[in-house]
Amino acid sequence: MGKINFGGILKEACLAYVPEAKVGDYVIVHVGFALSRVDEDEAHKVFEYLKEMEELAELGDGKADP
Amino acid sequence: MKYLDEYRDGERAQQLAREIHRLTTRPWNIMEVCGGQTHAIVKFGIDELLPKSITLIHGPGCPVCVTPLEMIDKALEIAARPNVIFASFGDMLRVPGSTTDLLSVKARGGDVRIVYSPLDAVKLAEQNPAKEVVFFGVGFETTAPATAMAVYQAAQKGLKNFSMLISHVLVPPAIEALMSSPNCKVQGFLAAGHVCTVMGYWEYPPLAAKYHVPIVVTGFEPLDILQGVLMVVQQLESGRAEVENQYARAVRREGNQPAQELIHKIFKVVPRKWRGVGEIPQSGLGLNNAYAAFDAEKKFGLTDHHVAESAECLSGLVLQGQIKPHECPAFGTRCTPEHPLGATMVSSEGACAAYYRYRRHN
Repeated sequence: MGKINFGGILKEACLAYVPEAKVGDYVIVHVGFALSRVDEDEAHKVFEYLKEMEELAELGDGKADP
Repeated sequence: MKYLDEYRDGERAQQLAREIHRLTTRPWNIMEVCGGQTHAIVKFGIDELLPKSITLIHGPGCPVCVTPLEMIDKALEIAARPNVIFASFGDMLRVPGSTTDLLSVKARGGDVRIVYSPLDAVKLAEQNPAKEVVFFGVGFETTAPATAMAVYQAAQKGLKNFSMLISHVLVPPAIEALMSSPNCKVQGFLAAGHVCTVMGYWEYPPLAAKYHVPIVVTGFEPLDILQGVLMVVQQLESGRAEVENQYARAVRREGNQPAQELIHKIFKVVPRKWRGVGEIPQSGLGLNNAYAAFDAEKKFGLTDHHVAESAECLSGLVLQGQIKPHECPAFGTRCTPEHPLGATMVSSEGACAAYYRYRRHN
């Protein structure tokens, strides 16, 4: 069992399914069980994609793919 | 909070919405499977950001809503017995059975306890050796690892006074049932992100190929849902039907292996009735024979009785995406969260509850 901080609220959760999780990691928790470790690199990809989209838009390239 | 707030950024949401508008040339019907996604869509008004030609159809991904009436009635029967402590997730307490609900049983003296985790129910069994503790095991694949662990630990501890009323349901058979229905209008899916943290998404490619539908594993925050919709639209507009993963920060293709292993050890796939939908073959989980001692249906000798749904409740049509909650004549008048006719108005993942809470005046 480990201690999980839900934005200020501390709760215990079972970590049996995320043996790779370390202190400081973010995890998805459901009914008292951590199910998945949040991957920092993947988390940033949404924002990288949005940044690319913004740069393309600024270049004036607004046509859809043929 | 990190990994939450940045996915609610208004400007970036508008940016994704603009891109969806730019790409959409035809009407499309997209279903979000999970009730949690439905709530986010209604709460944040995500459907209102999309082009009018895109229709979001709310799916049956609300385990509380689809728990069969027979199972609710069995829960009520067990909970009313003396010497039983009936432990359940809070959401189930006000789900209407044929004649009553768990909260009313509790009010009349039944020992019904709300628990956060199935492990809390195991603790109750340890702390109350003279009582029979029964846990109501409801949920999709997201919850199955938790109930599996509870049964496993109860077996390890040799507990004789613990059992579970199991009513787990599986997502892929539900998608298959929806797609093979003749009046199905769904052309693309936002798959349930948290179910996929457990199961992965290796089960979906055959479905995508068979029905030629794009399936995008999607998260629950506004940016997740908008990006999921964008990815589905990109596929639809170019005629593709593939499985993609928008929720890559939490979901891997193979899913959570230790969780899947314990699920297979404790449970087996069984037929399951879905409330409002009917029986879907191979769509549920039941206990493996090795763990039959923990099966509350066997322990208490329960069989299916005649059930009676409210004649007025249209939650079945809502769960199949045929109507929207506010199109039901009873919505907000004879059916409210305080006096629900069906489960969809009671559950925190129910579509009717979402519309009542966030959009009553539509």
